[in-house]
Amino acid sequence: MLKFEHVSKKYKGGKTAVSNLNLEFKKGEFIVFIGPSGCGKTTTMKMINRLIEPTEGKIFINDEDIMEKDPVKLRREIGYVIQQIGLFPHMTIQENISLVLKLLKWPEEKRKKRAEELLSLVDMTPDYLERYPHELSGGQQQRIGVLRALAADQPLILMDEPFGALDPITRDALQDEFKNLQKKLDKTIVFVTHDMDEALKLADRIVILRDGQLVQCGTPDEILREPADEFVEEFIGKERLVQAKPNITTVEQIMNAHPVTITSDEQLSNAITVMKTNRVDSLLVIDQEGVLEGYIDVEAIDQNRKKAKDVADILIPDTFSVYKDALVRDTIRQILKKGLKYVPVVDEKRHLVGIVTRTSLVDIVYDSIWGDEELERAQ
Amino acid sequence: MSAIIDFLNNNGSDLLIKTWEHLYISVIAAALGVIVAVPLGILLTRFDKAASPVMGVLGMIQTIPSFAILAFFIPVLGIGKIPAIIALFFYSVLPILRNTYTGVKDVNKSLLEAGRGMGMTGWERIRYVELPLSIPVIMAGIRVSTVYLIGWATLAAFIGAGGLGDFIFSGLNLYQTEFIIAGAIPVTILALIVDLILGKLEFKVTPKSMRDKEKTA
Ligand SMILES: Nc1ncnc2c1ncn2[C@@H]1O[C@H](COP(=O)(O)OP(=O)(O)OP(=O)(O)O)[C@@H](O)[C@H]1O
Ligand SMILES: [Mg+2]
Repeated sequence: MLKFEHVSKKYKGGKTAVSNLNLEFKKGEFIVFIGPSGCGKTTTMKMINRLIEPTEGKIFINDEDIMEKDPVKLRREIGYVIQQIGLFPHMTIQENISLVLKLLKWPEEKRKKRAEELLSLVDMTPDYLERYPHELSGGQQQRIGVLRALAADQPLILMDEPFGALDPITRDALQDEFKNLQKKLDKTIVFVTHDMDEALKLADRIVILRDGQLVQCGTPDEILREPADEFVEEFIGKERLVQAKPNITTVEQIMNAHPVTITSDEQLSNAITVMKTNRVDSLLVIDQEGVLEGYIDVEAIDQNRKKAKDVADILIPDTFSVYKDALVRDTIRQILKKGLKYVPVVDEKRHLVGIVTRTSLVDIVYDSIWGDEELERAQ
Repeated sequence: MSAIIDFLNNNGSDLLIKTWEHLYISVIAAALGVIVAVPLGILLTRFDKAASPVMGVLGMIQTIPSFAILAFFIPVLGIGKIPAIIALFFYSVLPILRNTYTGVKDVNKSLLEAGRGMGMTGWERIRYVELPLSIPVIMAGIRVSTVYLIGWATLAAFIGAGGLGDFIFSGLNLYQTEFIIAGAIPVTILALIVDLILGKLEFKVTPKSMRDKEKTA
């Protein structure tokens, strides 16, 4: 859908704002550009609708070189939300929303209907249509700014720090609202911010820039899990990395690597001894190669005490288990949903490598709530 | 009192004709000023480098005494209404031009970017963004300019264009104060009325949402 090929921008004074950018985005992706002030985010974005023209390289939209299109026509096909909102103070909300449609020569009647329709997307009543921008709150104005960019149903929307000037609560609400809207309308969004929380929350993919160069491009998970370098780590912030831990760490990183086990050919009496010494009420059963076979617990032993002799006789097979590179986040959810006391962790060949118990969860919760403080104390 | 009635009995119809002449010389000159200065002012905002030299030259013309300008036009255009209108037009240009230039220049840059970003052509930006937002300032320039012209148009009589200046000049020549007063008072009243009307117009063309702000600002 959108492709940058060796794109560079050098301003007249000799300042290189963007250098050799290569990126490709799919339709419907929510892309967030982030980086410190002056790193070239705005420049990169404005090159997409030719408010700024690249000095080198090419940008393609749906395989069409944008430099070969008429800039006015190009811009009418791309929604644009500027940082300062930029509603026209002399026009009513309706006129503001439907201005692009006026440029596209839609008849008055249709424009009005479209404006109403759009307003309902953000739960604003039609009586706002006749008001002027200064009669709206900052959050409402920004909503209108976004609607204006959606008016002609443009498939691609550019947004330059659209929520930057809002208070945190309004910003949060608008982010949620907008993310939902984007999913519903299936737009491709290029979004600029310098707020990492916003990027993590909204993005399908985050593009991190520094001094006009691409540092890392990946999903929020990828970036949190494997920051490309110290700059990215710094930029994400240690605090956030700790907080994000349960979301991105794998089971292997937090599991207990020494589960209490027993092989299936052992006698039950041995199993009872093992349980007793380890003070556990169930045992994971593995074979000679260490492959997980199932488990036994006190209940099963108690019921079958008379008949059974070996562990294999009362083995409960098909234990629920997770792979060692599963995300902790997902594992927690399953433990809670299924009401499990523990989950065995296996590798690709089903070798038992560890166990995640409810106690491990307590550690994680503790970490993410008090982890920051400990980190600070440690420093 | 009876002197006034006497005077009006003798010169009343003449006074009306001269007032009318005076008004239309000034208004036509101002209208020409608007037609030239507004587009030129907008044009200058596109060529910033040219702006200050152009304003400078016009500023200099403005400082040439009006008598000199009128006299200057006699050999070129002869005498009568047309040279007077042309000379007055020169005076009207600068205030309108300056206000148009600053008015358009002061339009919030982010609004222009919003316009450009949504795909407005240069003309559409002028029409939908720059003009509506700068019209109060432009109108103020037109108003000031027209009121000045009504004053200066008195001098038009000097080159045979007629108007209330005729009364004043004959008063001066014949040492008859009543003629001077009969010329000066209508000029003042005319200026006040035109100022009032243009003030109303200025309010009318100011976009609704910007009217309150004007007052509080
Ligand atoms: N018109 C211009 N002429 C010269 N240099 C410019 C121009 N516009 C931007 N720059 C420079 O290019 C660099 C990138 O600017 P850009 O506006 O893209 O940064 P940004 O990442 O959007 O920053 P911010 O987060 O502060 O908005 C900066 O160093 C800036 O000073
Ligand atoms: Mg920027």
